[in-house]
Amino acid sequence: MTIKTSKKTAVDVNAIRRLIKKHKKNDLMFAALGMFVIASLTITLIILFLDLVLDGYPKFTLDFFTNFPSRRAARAGILSAWVGSSLVLLVTFFVAVPLGIAAGIYLEEYAKKNWISDIIEINVSNLAGVPSIIYGLLALGLFVYSFGLGQSILTAGLTLALLMLPIVIVSTREAIRAIPIHIREAAYAVGATKWQVVLHHVVQYSYGGILTGVIIGMARAIGETAPVITIGALTFIAFLPPSPVSIDPPFLNFAWLNAGFTVLPIQMFNWISRPQHAFHINAAATGAVIIILTAMMNGFAIKLRYNVRKKIKW
Amino acid sequence: MVAKNKHNEIVKAESKDLNFFYADGTQALKNVSLPVYENKITALIGPSGCGKSTFLRCFNRMHDLYPGNRYDGEITLHPDNTNILDKKVDPIEVRMRISMVFQKPNPFPKSIYENVAYGLRVRGETNARVIDEKIEEALKGASLWEEVKDRLQDLAFNLSGGQQQRLCIARALATEPEIMLFDEPTSALDPIATVNIEELMSGLKDKLSILIVTHNMQQAARISDYTAYMYLGELVEHDKTDTIFTKPSKKETEDYITGKFG
Repeated sequence: MTIKTSKKTAVDVNAIRRLIKKHKKNDLMFAALGMFVIASLTITLIILFLDLVLDGYPKFTLDFFTNFPSRRAARAGILSAWVGSSLVLLVTFFVAVPLGIAAGIYLEEYAKKNWISDIIEINVSNLAGVPSIIYGLLALGLFVYSFGLGQSILTAGLTLALLMLPIVIVSTREAIRAIPIHIREAAYAVGATKWQVVLHHVVQYSYGGILTGVIIGMARAIGETAPVITIGALTFIAFLPPSPVSIDPPFLNFAWLNAGFTVLPIQMFNWISRPQHAFHINAAATGAVIIILTAMMNGFAIKLRYNVRKKIKW
Repeated sequence: MVAKNKHNEIVKAESKDLNFFYADGTQALKNVSLPVYENKITALIGPSGCGKSTFLRCFNRMHDLYPGNRYDGEITLHPDNTNILDKKVDPIEVRMRISMVFQKPNPFPKSIYENVAYGLRVRGETNARVIDEKIEEALKGASLWEEVKDRLQDLAFNLSGGQQQRLCIARALATEPEIMLFDEPTSALDPIATVNIEELMSGLKDKLSILIVTHNMQQAARISDYTAYMYLGELVEHDKTDTIFTKPSKKETEDYITGKFG
C-alpha cells in the first residue's frame, strides 16, 4: 500500500524560512548585546575586586583585624573601624527596621488613599535617591547641634538609619503588595480584623521581601562614607568604645552610644589619602573587607528570598 | 415569629430594595429583593456582569474592604432581624456569622491544620483539644478528612485544586456559620472535583443555608432548591429551581435558560 502525500501548497516554504531566519537574527543580536554588557560589567567588578585582594593580600592576617590604626603602616589594623562599623550598623538596624516596616505597613494597609498619602509616597521614593551627603548635612544640623548628640555612634547610626529608611519602606510596601488580593479576602472572610490580617498573614507572607530590603539597606549603609564624614567621625582612633555588654548586671550598657568612632570606609579613605605606598596596601585590604561584607550580606538576602519563595507559591 | 413567604419556606435572610454602587459610581445592583431560605440552596444565575457576585459579596460586607463602595437598602438576617448592611453593624460581626468560599481556591500558605483552625483562632479559641475536634469535624464535613488526616501539618499548597477548594470549604465550615456563600466555587476545577463539591454542598444544607453564584446552569439545576435569575443588576425572576428551568414565568428567563441569550 502506498501512502498518499499532499502535493499542494499554498505558501512558499522557502520564503517563510528566510523570513524566520531574518527575524531570528534580531534575537541573536539582542542576546549578544546583552551578553556583552553583562560580561563587561561583571568583568570590571571582578578585576577591581581581584586588584584590591592582590594589593591587600599581605595584610590578610589576624593582626590586621585586631590592631588599632598606627603611624607605622605595617602595624596598622582596622580594629576600631570594624568595631565602629558594627556598632553604628547595630544602631541603624534597631532604628530603621522597626520604623521602616511599621511605616510600610501603615502606608500600605491603613493609610487612606488621598492626596496626602500620594505626597508621602512620592517623597519616600524620592528620599531613596537623595545623595547621601545631604543626609549628612541634615544630621549635622539636627542630631549633632540641635539635639546635642555629638559626633557619636548614636548620631552616625541615626544618620544611616535615615538613609536606610526609604529602602526598607519601599521594599516592605512592595513585599506587601505582592500578596494576592484573594488571600487577604480569605482572611477577612473568616472574620479577621485588619490587625489580625496584618499580623497573621501580611507580615508572615512578606517577611522574605522585607528582610531582603533590610539587608540591601544595611549593605548600602556599611559602605557610606560621605554622611559619616559630614557629622564628624574621627579618622584616627586608637581606642574602642565601651563594650555594650558586660558580665555584671545589668549586662547591657549604653555608654558606647556616645563614644567617638570611625568606620571602615573612613579608615580606607584616610589610608588612601596618605602618600606612603604601605598605607595604600592597608586601604586595598580594607576595601576588600568591605566588598566581601557587602557581598556576603547580599548573598544572604538572595538565599533568604529563595527560601521564602520555595515555601510560598501563589 | 418565624418569617415565612410565598414559597412557605423559613426565611434566613432577605435583601430588601438593595442597591449597590461601586466607588466609580456604577450602579451594580438595582432594587434587588431576594430571600435566602433556611436549609435550602439558593442559586444565582445570569450572564457575566449581571451583578450576581456583587450581590453575594454584600452578604459578608466584602465590599467594605475597598473604599468608596456604597450600599443602599438592607439585608435582614433572622432571627435577630439585624440589618447587616447597617453602618453600625461591624462587618467583622457579619463575617463571623456568614462565611464565604471563593471562586479560586485560596488557602493560606500555611499547614492544612492551620488553614482550618484560623477561623477558630480569630474567635479566640485556644484550647487545642477543642480546635482538634472542630478541625476533624469540619474536614469530615468537607469530605476531606480521609485524604488528609495523616498529613495535617503539610502545606495546603501541596493539595490538588479540588482538595484545596474543599479545604477552603472546611475553613468556612469550622466556625459553624449560619449562611455559607459560594462564589462560583467550581469554575476553576475539573469535572470530578466539581461533582465532589456539588455533593458536598447538597449535604451541607441540613446544617445551614447556602447562597451560591454559578455561571453553570446545569449546576444550578442539579443542586439548588431555588434559583434567581439576574440581569443587568436587577432580579428578573426568583422561584423554585424546577419552575425556573421548566416553566419560567418571564420571557427573559426562558431565553437565558434555553441558551437563546447569554
